[in-house]
Amino acid sequence: MISAPALSVEGLCVEFRTRGGIVRALDNVSFSVEKGETIALVGESGSGKSVTAYAVMGILDPAGRVTGGRAMFGGLDLLSATPSQIAEVRGRDIAMIFQNPRTALNPIRPVGRQIADVLIRHGNVPRNKAQAQAVEMLRAVGITDPVRRAKAYPFEMSGGMCQRVMIAIALAAKPSLLIADEPTTGLDVTTQAVIMDLVNDLAKELGMATIFITHDLALAGQRSARIVVMHAGHVVENAPTREIFEHPRHPYTSELIAATPDSAASLDELASIPGSLPDLRRADLPPCRYSERCPRKIDVCAQPLPQSTSGSGHIVACWNPLPEKALLTPTESAA
Amino acid sequence: MTVLLDVEQVSKQFPAGGGLGPLARFKRRLSGGPNLLPKVYAVDDVSFVINKGETVGLVGESGCGKSSLVRTLTRLLDVTGGSIKLGDRELSLKPSRVFARDRDRARIQMVFQDAGESVNPRFTAFDAISDPLRRLRKLRGKTLKERVETVASQCGLPLQLLTRFPHQLSGGQRARVGIARAIAVGPDLLVLDEPTAALDVSVQVVILQLLQQLKREFGMSYLFVSHDLSVVRLLCDRVLVMYLGKIVESGPAAEVFQHPLHPYTQALVAAVPRLHDDGVERLRLSGEPRSPIDPDPNVCRFYGRCPRGTEACKTTMPALRSFGARQVACHFAEEFLPQVKSAS
Repeated sequence: MISAPALSVEGLCVEFRTRGGIVRALDNVSFSVEKGETIALVGESGSGKSVTAYAVMGILDPAGRVTGGRAMFGGLDLLSATPSQIAEVRGRDIAMIFQNPRTALNPIRPVGRQIADVLIRHGNVPRNKAQAQAVEMLRAVGITDPVRRAKAYPFEMSGGMCQRVMIAIALAAKPSLLIADEPTTGLDVTTQAVIMDLVNDLAKELGMATIFITHDLALAGQRSARIVVMHAGHVVENAPTREIFEHPRHPYTSELIAATPDSAASLDELASIPGSLPDLRRADLPPCRYSERCPRKIDVCAQPLPQSTSGSGHIVACWNPLPEKALLTPTESAA
Repeated sequence: MTVLLDVEQVSKQFPAGGGLGPLARFKRRLSGGPNLLPKVYAVDDVSFVINKGETVGLVGESGCGKSSLVRTLTRLLDVTGGSIKLGDRELSLKPSRVFARDRDRARIQMVFQDAGESVNPRFTAFDAISDPLRRLRKLRGKTLKERVETVASQCGLPLQLLTRFPHQLSGGQRARVGIARAIAVGPDLLVLDEPTAALDVSVQVVILQLLQQLKREFGMSYLFVSHDLSVVRLLCDRVLVMYLGKIVESGPAAEVFQHPLHPYTQALVAAVPRLHDDGVERLRLSGEPRSPIDPDPNVCRFYGRCPRGTEACKTTMPALRSFGARQVACHFAEEFLPQVKSAS
């Protein structure tokens, strides 16, 4: 924790202008990732996980606008940097693996060429050597017969192989920060395990910081050292993985864990989360966006959110959190 | 227990003409007729039963033939061979186009993966639920309206949402519409094709609990297709594991997931991320599945990816053998049996 983090996001706010009004998609989002560390951003759909990544990468939809905050990467604030400054960093120092490899790859360019493009642009590789190195990259991500596969188009490959190509593209310039946005949704569990192993191993090898975005709490737990839980554009809890599972402090986190099928022995034991995400266009959004669904709501919840930090950097944004490492109710301790 | 659906040696093949030019195809035709065309063995010699009131899970990776199997069972596709019996009635003989107007059509219904995409976007929730009732039960007017409202409330869909179109509904509400339209005609067997795949965990729980409650209320049987093993474990009594068109393992869900006998099931179970990871070294599958086009009938379908892969696997296809309540298609199943016995 002493060295400077690879990326530190502070107070990030993002708005989207829509016909129905202004959507406050992110509000005061803060987290940081150390060098060589893997953290996971977890939340239901609509919680702002991907928007966070897009804002950091500077690839927000034109309707979106960063209204506040900083994202410090090295000495550079990614949110106020000029497009040319970002273009230098993006792809070289920060890379991203996108959700759907089939749509993220260029459909009319052989995959080997797509990797070579990145190598030429960001990897300081001369044009005549790029293709050979692209083949090596394909071999490194575990594609059999890489020479032949380098000439293949994305539609000729399976979902798992396309995802490997995406990983090869992302890692081509040996970035120091990797953002993986649901890299395994739509893949089979067996393929998912292999792909996640690959990302983990390569991250370790290159000493990369990794931000892993997922809605699967169990997968996040298995693959990251730290979990950042998001709900409706807020970071509600940020803690080491083991602590989050054993002693969740934010009511939303504990309900999310109790709703994961893996946590119960029978369907009747599985708890659902009442209510749904609030409409983020509302002008009268309460300071705690979870308060309308929250079973632990008290009067003080109408005050601006607190950020309390306890030992080992367990951050929770709640006025009435669950007790720290104390009496747990049966639903929370069920494994 | 009475058997509701009896599937015997069902297979489904699709012609795979691709890859051959017209001239090559013509030559093939001259030399031996269309039978020589390569075929995709989507479903290959599959047999199982579903009892009345039972929930059977069907798991396997994409491309293993789950959907083809389900589509032949629901009679949306015609079988290549084998028999499908619903009660005493043989269903496989009728072409699927004729079956659409059959009196037994209402007895097998299906809930599709994403109701947002499987329901006609120009149909309101009411239209979507009433359509099967109109066609199969010939309900009209007031009786139709009453029936739709009853089913909607059984599925927890507020009546004021019935006038909405799919895009105006949330994911959970759409799932409820999909379930309501399937159970409206009172089926005996409900086939669910990943009904919760598009939903968040918090909504998924509610839908799964709804399904369980509906089953208790109406005594339907479920065939639940999913690749989420933790969901299958919670909902299903029995589970079938499919790999490249074949059933490789079946048995009581809890047992299969605790002590998988087939190496593929072992890898599948090991690949599921767990909330409380025990840190045990996990089995990983390497490589891609074999091609389903004209597979060698004497080679185990899992050969090449299997961590064992002995000479025997290359020369004889393992048959599905029974061990008590369980069935496994592996030459080496016996080696894992002692674990099961000592555990039970």
